[in-house]
Amino acid sequence: MNEIINFFEQNIEIIYLLTFAVFLGFEIISKIPTVLHTPLMSGSNAISGVVLIGAILVIRVTEPTNYFALIMATLGIVLGTINLVGGLAVTSRMLEMFNKKKK
Amino acid sequence: MNIVILDGVLFVASVLLIIGLRKLSHPDSASNGNRLAAVALALGVIVALVYPLETQNNNYIYIVAGICIGGIIGIISAKKVPMTAMPEMVSLFNGFGGLSAALISLVWLVNNHFVSEATELGIVLFNLFLGLVAFIGSMVAYGKLSGSLKDEHLRIPYSTILNSLLLIIAIVLIIIFSYSGQLSISQTVLFSILSLLYGITFVAPVGGADMPVVIATLNALTGITAAISGVITDNKLMLLGGVLVGSSGIILTLLMCKAMNRSVISVFFGNFSGAKEAGQEVEGNAKEISASNLAIQLAYSQRVCIIPGYGMAVAQAQKVVKELEEILEGKDVEFKYAIHPVAGRMPGHMNVLLAESDVSYDKLLDLDDANTYLESADVAIVVGANDVVNPSALDDPGSKIYGMPILNLSKTKAVIVLKRSMNPGYAGIQNPLFFKDNTKMLFGDAKKSIEKLLMELKVV
Repeated sequence: MNEIINFFEQNIEIIYLLTFAVFLGFEIISKIPTVLHTPLMSGSNAISGVVLIGAILVIRVTEPTNYFALIMATLGIVLGTINLVGGLAVTSRMLEMFNKKKK
Repeated sequence: MNIVILDGVLFVASVLLIIGLRKLSHPDSASNGNRLAAVALALGVIVALVYPLETQNNNYIYIVAGICIGGIIGIISAKKVPMTAMPEMVSLFNGFGGLSAALISLVWLVNNHFVSEATELGIVLFNLFLGLVAFIGSMVAYGKLSGSLKDEHLRIPYSTILNSLLLIIAIVLIIIFSYSGQLSISQTVLFSILSLLYGITFVAPVGGADMPVVIATLNALTGITAAISGVITDNKLMLLGGVLVGSSGIILTLLMCKAMNRSVISVFFGNFSGAKEAGQEVEGNAKEISASNLAIQLAYSQRVCIIPGYGMAVAQAQKVVKELEEILEGKDVEFKYAIHPVAGRMPGHMNVLLAESDVSYDKLLDLDDANTYLESADVAIVVGANDVVNPSALDDPGSKIYGMPILNLSKTKAVIVLKRSMNPGYAGIQNPLFFKDNTKMLFGDAKKSIEKLLMELKVV
């Protein structure tokens, strides 16, 4: 129990941030038109590629001789990058189609 | 000093990400939004590369190799995928993100020799669990969407009980492991397998018609696991990005459920498409119409409305539908599209398909506008849609889809249904619409039927 209380004390900033971000997320995205459901989904899907950052951060502190961890983290980087880059590219392809016919 | 600058960049990136997502939810600024998000994420990656850490081994060679390989695969697959395969693609990418998050947890565990204080260990294990669930769930969804996994193959006996049981075991294990402050390699493997099993039982029973809900939910899960990875690696941009994705995914999930008048719980535990029984036996004869008669009818109509569904995607009929629009507009016929929020297999599926064939989006009507329009429309052509136009939802309390908001065709003068055969739709529910007085059927492949129609229209 104490540990949990300690955790809250130490991470109060993160908890604040988390709470506000949740509200912010709901606020930003509510009332989105149906037309944009798919681009929003693939766009937000691409944003979940931020895990790439986490993979980079963990591999940077991995011991250079620990090959198992290195391989796993590299795989994490590859997958995170696919998610990020692929997601953004797919989204921009989709949005181009929406824009092209507006002219 | 350096750290201050890097933190500043990360702060700017966070603000850009918020603005980007904000713009992404408006049609005019969506492209800019996507670009802003890309810039924000790129900044985040650069900061992560150079940010000073306690024990720095860097291993840059692996990072660069990983980013290059991932980048190339990502770009090529994004360029090559046909627009009709978009739902599969998005869930595949989403699964990769989830697995990446799970691997972050795993590597963190290895780096810390599987020992840590309780809360931290609990969070890491929880993240491992969520990441693996998001990964395997997305893979199952991918299999279902691409057609390689059929619902029949995925019928798991007692799935609801099994599912809840696995979840409880997973939570108990997380608590036990984190209290002991350490775990062995075999325990980690066991826990991972359990997480994967849970992920499979989580998605497997969900029927094809509920796919839009599942995809949105899995998207939210990956977002949440990204946010938790941000807590683990102490990176605010990840935390923020993850939470934003998580909440957007949750909103979409709720929107989709609302569009089907179903609760989230019934989607995941209800086994919607499992039973093939009809709520009510429908009696009557369906009337057929020939392409040439339909062509004449259309040419003399004033307002025509297309109702697309998953069948349009299967038949790849979006291009010929657009040609139909052009021909009829040349004959001064008003032409609109009625889009049901859950038509297709992912949120907004129909919009993307129609956009691909250059349909202008002010011709796309969403549910309320469409129903107003349909009241005064002369002809409504149903292209591969079924459950979203099923009048049982309005008047048959025994039907499984009773209460779901539908596109109401009862007041439309004539309804034409393009269909391969009289088989019930994906949800396995009989559709009394086919037997209504104002309904006529045009049997055959939707694309071929419309092509025939186009030929006839050129003669009229």
